[in-house]
Amino acid sequence: MTDATPAARSRRAGRSNPPWYLLIAPAAVAVVMLVPLVYLVVRATEADAATLAALVLRRRNLELLGNTLLLTGGVVAATTLIALPLAWLVVRTDIPAVRLVTFLGVLPLSVPGYVMAYALLSLGGNYGFLARVLGIVVARPAGYWGALAALTLYCFPYVFLNVRASLAGMDASLEESARSMGYGHREVLRRVILPHLTPALFSGWLIVAIYVLGDFGAIALMRYEVFSYAIYTQYSGAFDRTYAAWLSLMLLALAMVPVLLEGRLLRGARYARTGTGVARSLRRIRLGAWKIPALFFVAVVVTGSIGLPFGILAYWLSVRPPWTELARVGQAFLYSAGAAAPAAISTVLVALPIAYLRVRHPSPLSHTAERLAYVGYALPPLSLALAMVFFSLRLARPLYQSLPLLVVAYMISFLALAMGPIRASLLQAPRRLEEAARSLGFSPFAAFVRTVVPLLRRGMFASTGLVFVVAMKELPIAFLLAPTGYVTLSLAVFSRTSEAMHVEAAPYAAAIVLFSSLFVGLLLRHEGKE
Amino acid sequence: MTLSSRSTYGWTAALLLLLLTALPVAAAGRAEPGAAEPAQRELTIYSGRGESLVAPLVESFESKTGIRVSIRYAGTAELAVLLAEEGTRTPADLFWAQDAGALGALSGEGLLADLPAHLYEALPDIYRSTTGRWLATSGRARVLAYSPQRVDETEFPESVFDLAAPEYRGRVGWAPTNGSFQAFVTAMRVVHGEAATADWLRAMQANDVQAYRNNTTQVEAIAAGEIDFALVNNYYLLRFTAADPGYPVDQRFFADNDIGNLVNIAGLGVLRASRRTDEAIAFAEFLLSHEAQAYFTGTVYEYPVRADVDPDEQLESFETLLDASPRVDLDALEDLEGTLSLLRETGLL
Repeated sequence: MTDATPAARSRRAGRSNPPWYLLIAPAAVAVVMLVPLVYLVVRATEADAATLAALVLRRRNLELLGNTLLLTGGVVAATTLIALPLAWLVVRTDIPAVRLVTFLGVLPLSVPGYVMAYALLSLGGNYGFLARVLGIVVARPAGYWGALAALTLYCFPYVFLNVRASLAGMDASLEESARSMGYGHREVLRRVILPHLTPALFSGWLIVAIYVLGDFGAIALMRYEVFSYAIYTQYSGAFDRTYAAWLSLMLLALAMVPVLLEGRLLRGARYARTGTGVARSLRRIRLGAWKIPALFFVAVVVTGSIGLPFGILAYWLSVRPPWTELARVGQAFLYSAGAAAPAAISTVLVALPIAYLRVRHPSPLSHTAERLAYVGYALPPLSLALAMVFFSLRLARPLYQSLPLLVVAYMISFLALAMGPIRASLLQAPRRLEEAARSLGFSPFAAFVRTVVPLLRRGMFASTGLVFVVAMKELPIAFLLAPTGYVTLSLAVFSRTSEAMHVEAAPYAAAIVLFSSLFVGLLLRHEGKE
Repeated sequence: MTLSSRSTYGWTAALLLLLLTALPVAAAGRAEPGAAEPAQRELTIYSGRGESLVAPLVESFESKTGIRVSIRYAGTAELAVLLAEEGTRTPADLFWAQDAGALGALSGEGLLADLPAHLYEALPDIYRSTTGRWLATSGRARVLAYSPQRVDETEFPESVFDLAAPEYRGRVGWAPTNGSFQAFVTAMRVVHGEAATADWLRAMQANDVQAYRNNTTQVEAIAAGEIDFALVNNYYLLRFTAADPGYPVDQRFFADNDIGNLVNIAGLGVLRASRRTDEAIAFAEFLLSHEAQAYFTGTVYEYPVRADVDPDEQLESFETLLDASPRVDLDALEDLEGTLSLLRETGLL
């Protein structure tokens, strides 16, 4: 503190103490994320050493882990190859029907994993769509490539949403000054645009990677054997919680590697606009003759990610028209929305102060709180739900299997989803604006609401949409924690597919997709002027 | 900026409004035990069986008895784990499971109450537990599904053990992660011993057996032409052919008493912690009634547990099923950890 150079002084000012109320959210998150960890450790210590060794230290775990990592890497790469160009097209070029293309780029998120896997599987084979309609027999996708395709097709919007929010908020003057210094297109892309996209890319990758690490459904339908197999069979095959807890902790440890790595890579990065507070919109690049390949690319992505699942849903619906089911579907929708909407809104409200602290008041506490947000997302949902059962039965019995508890469980599970877009927008919001508002006599809170919140709009909308759509599809947590008799759309779907009644499940699956897309459409419409 | 922030608030307010309207609707769906008239009799069921199957039965039960039923639908395995975690604090009165293993596991943890003998006395051995803590509500036979186009009449194996022979190389499917397959492996261990079962599992792997997710996906794989035979439960194919009579898959039993024809069950147990055992037993009686048994077999093609209810015409007769099925103590099927260890040792999990 004896250092009195102006630079050091300004550094200190940057780390000024945040208002106390901002610390509530990170402190709460730190405590809440510990709940499932404590539970898993409690269960894990019940293990018997010999059985444990046979289960944890076997060679096959390495094979399964290897498969998991290969798939995770593949899906991260493939989603980027789709999402990056797509985001660039909708933000930076004069591609026609921008809003529609953007909407279609987010929509696959609403597709339940099993629908995507079934859509791919029912194309090929002797009795598949292509064979019966066109007379062409192609092999059904399976194994690594099948799993890669299915996951990529409904996960790429995570990266797309993050990158798009970041691209749209980028300051025009940076790119212009780079050009004025003689950089060409390629160099501007490499030296200016891509580095500024790193936080958004990282958070998108992280979400996709952790999702792939934990997914069981679509991967199992594609017959690819990964580590989540082991966890799933431990719960479902042996009705066992002890060794499943060990496997869950192993998965969590694995998932925390990229989480910590990302935190390290992003530390100290600065992306705020340097010019005046308001970002000038960039001139959109004229595609000219490139319009055709660009539209072709969009068409291919949309056909795969939306055409296929919509096709199979339409087929199932045509086998048995859903009219008699509509009343039940409507009720199930209200239940789903009744959990997903409060979960989405409250998750974003919690994510906001955490992201804000992380960006404006970097400290070990804010950094830890932000990283801890990923614990909930990385835990197998069934383990998380069991932890909530364990604690609520002991400490908050009246809340057990109540809607508020379900919403809290969703918040724990999905907080990480909300962090990315908000953080990316915050990183770009200039600190000076807030400082100016403060100097005009506004309280820190008022300054924040008046200057930063408007700039966070896009990020907050993206986060709300993400959490809502994912909560609409969620299953294992609702299994255990939804109020008894509270049959949401996703529970209704499961309750039919588990009896091999895909046709009967279709109206509910279609309702998930329909209502999620309506919600996404509404958000995009209101998120701001293009 | 003012304009844009105003519309942000407007939009947030709209969302909150939506939320406020959705919440009461949602809350209304939650059964508040005891909150209604004090005389209302109630029952809470955890059901591993699907809603489309269960809901009509429950409506009929409610109108007959006046007992109000709340149901939690989820996977049988998830519910079994949930019940174990809840222990004596469970709000559930009755657990309706898709397989005997889950019931056996809960019974083993001491969570299930003894059932009154009148419920199960009349049931054949294959449909009840020697512990008297759970009983079958319907039977589900393991069968060999096959492709009628690609399988010749002379090719049918006598026993599930024959599938390790060279002529079936690469043509057979199974589902190592699936509960009904694991129950079958457990039964094989009980009847034929650990060594014979391990040998068979290894021989099948050496014979390039194809692993699938579950029963349904195996039936679909036969239709798709990936495999010619599959080890599945009997009712899945019939659910496919009900929607599509031309579905290109057929099924049959192995020779009588072969372990490949294991009859597993869907069944129920009453929670020891329940204070509404009368209502739970009334529900059990209802599921064993003529009406409910006829409904099971007619709607989901499972075997009735009563001899006086005819199985659906696409199923075998009650006597044929009893002849075909091996004699296995269903309570022994709870040793799932042993089966999982074996499946792990043989590299299947």
